[in-house]
Amino acid sequence: MTAATAQLDAGASPAVGESRRKRNPLPYILLAPGVLWLVLFFLIPIFTAVSASVQTGSLDEGFTLTWRWANYSDTFSTYNSEIAHSLFYSVACTVLCLLLGYPLAYFIAFRGGRWKNLLMALVIAPAFTSFLIRTIAWETILADHGPVTRFLMDVKVTDLMAHLGLLTNNHQLLNSPFAVIFGMVYNFLPFTVLPLYTSLEKIDPRLHEAGADLYCSGFKTWRHVTWPLSLPGVIAGTLLTFIPAVGDYINAYMLGSPNTMVIGQVIENEALRSESGYPTASAMGVVLTVGTLLIVLFYVKRAGTEDLL
Amino acid sequence: MISKALGWIRAHVLLAVTVLILLFLIAPNVIMLVFSFNEPPNKYNFVWNKFSTNAWQHPCASSDMCSSIKLSVTIAIIATIGATALGTMVAFAMTRHRFKARSAINVLLFLPMAAPEVTMGMTLVTFFYNTIGSGALGFWTIVIAHIMFSLSYVVVTVKARLAGMDPTLEKAAADLYATPTQTFRRVTLPLVMPGILAAALLSFALSIDDYIITVLTAGNEVTFPMYVYASFQHSVPAQIDVIGSTMLLITLAGIAFAQVPQIIKTRRA
Repeated sequence: MTAATAQLDAGASPAVGESRRKRNPLPYILLAPGVLWLVLFFLIPIFTAVSASVQTGSLDEGFTLTWRWANYSDTFSTYNSEIAHSLFYSVACTVLCLLLGYPLAYFIAFRGGRWKNLLMALVIAPAFTSFLIRTIAWETILADHGPVTRFLMDVKVTDLMAHLGLLTNNHQLLNSPFAVIFGMVYNFLPFTVLPLYTSLEKIDPRLHEAGADLYCSGFKTWRHVTWPLSLPGVIAGTLLTFIPAVGDYINAYMLGSPNTMVIGQVIENEALRSESGYPTASAMGVVLTVGTLLIVLFYVKRAGTEDLL
Repeated sequence: MISKALGWIRAHVLLAVTVLILLFLIAPNVIMLVFSFNEPPNKYNFVWNKFSTNAWQHPCASSDMCSSIKLSVTIAIIATIGATALGTMVAFAMTRHRFKARSAINVLLFLPMAAPEVTMGMTLVTFFYNTIGSGALGFWTIVIAHIMFSLSYVVVTVKARLAGMDPTLEKAAADLYATPTQTFRRVTLPLVMPGILAAALLSFALSIDDYIITVLTAGNEVTFPMYVYASFQHSVPAQIDVIGSTMLLITLAGIAFAQVPQIIKTRRA
C-alpha cells in the first residue's frame, strides 16, 4: 500500500496536467476542512481537558483554574479499583482475542479457499446490528438457570472460576468479571481478526511448502516463517483491540455488577451526574488519553505512519 | 503414518475451532432474531415464554423508542454526508498530491481511530462546556462529534480505493484530449464511487450505533442506543429486538442486492 501510494504521488501529477505544479493550492484546499475539523474537535479539546482537570468548583458556582494537580492524585486514590479493573479486563480481553482470533484468521487465510470472503463476511456480519442489543442477548445465553450455566455447574467449572475470582459465586455466570471479559472478547474479536487476516493473507503459501521441503515440522514452519511475517497484523490487531477495550464500559454495565466498575463508568458518572465531578472526569480522561497516545506513538515509531492507514 | 494422522487431527482441530468461534460471534444475532418473536414473561425479554408476533405488529408501542430511532437516523444521515464529503477530499489530497506536514496529518487522522471513545467524548464535552456552554449541548454537538470520529474511517476507505486504481486510465483520458475536469468527472469519480459509497455506509453504521461519545455530547437528546442503555435499568421490551433484527435484515438485503450485478457479470463471462 505504501509503495502504491508513492507511485501514485509520482505518477499522478503529470498525468492530470501541467497546471498542477509547485505551490499548487489544491491539496491544501482539499485538506483544510477535514484537518480543521479534527484540530478543532479532537486535538484542541485534549488541551481543554488538561486545563479542566486542574480546575476546582461546581456546576452551580462555575469552575476556576486553580492548577490543583491534586485532582490527579485524588482521582487515582478514589478510583484505584476501577482503574485496576479497566486494565485487567482490557489486557485479558486483548490476550484472549489474540488466542481466539489467530487460529480463526489463519484458517480463513490459508484453508478458506473460495469461501474466504464469505467467512470474513461472517466475522463482520454480527456487527450489522446494534452492539448494545447483541450484548443484551448474552443476558439470555448466560442466564442464571440457563443451559450454559447449568452445564458449567455440572462439570464444576463454575467452582474453579469462582475460586479464581472470575465469578462472584459458583451458581451465576452473569454479574461477574468473567461475564464482562466474555462480553468484551465477543465485541472486540473482529477488531483483532481483521488486521490479522490482512497480514496473514499476504503471506505466500509457497513459503509453507518451502518450510516443509526443508524438513521443518508444521509447528516449526509456523514459528519461524508464518509468525514473524504476521507480526504487523498481531501488533495492529492487539492495538485496535486494547484501545477500545480499555475505555469500554458497556460490557461492564450490562454484564457486570457494581463490583466490576471500570474507568469509563466513572467518567460518565462524574461528567453527567455529579455536581463537582467534571475536573475528576477530565483528569481521568487525560490519564487515559496520554496513556493511549504513548502506546500509539510507540507503535508509530516502530511501524511508520503510512502503514497505519 | 503417525505424522500424517497428527496432521489430519491438527487440520480438523483448526476447522473445529474456527466453526466454534464463528458460532460464538453469530449466536447473539440468532438470539435477537428469535426473541423478537417472544412474548416476554416480565419486563425483561431475557427468557423464552411463547411465540408471538405482537412486537412486530406494534413496533412503536413505546413512542419514546420510535422518536429516538428517528433522531438517530436523522443524525446519522447528516453526519454521513459531512464525514463523507470532508473525508473524501482529504483522501484525494493524501493520494494525489505532495504537500508539507504529510506524516503529521497521517498521525492526526490515525489518532481518532486509536483513542478510546470515552476519552474523545470526555475531552469534547469539556471543550463544549468551555466554549458554547453546557446548555448548547444537543443535536448539533452530537452531529459534530459523529463527523469527527467517522472522518478517519472515510479517509482510510476512500484512500484504499484510490491507491488500488489503475493510474494509466487517467493518462489515457489525458491522451485523448480530456481536460483535467473532464477526466475527473468521467474517469476518476466513477472509479472511486464504490469506495465513497462504502465509506458512507461505514460512517452511517458508526454513527447510528454509537453510544459512548453520544451520551457525553447529547445534552437532553436521546438517541436509540441511549434509549436501549437507559431502558436496560427498568425494562427490555421485545420491540428492541425487532428494531435490531430489522437493522440486520436491511443490511443483509443491501449486501445481497449489491452482489447481484457481480453475480450476473460472472455468469455471463
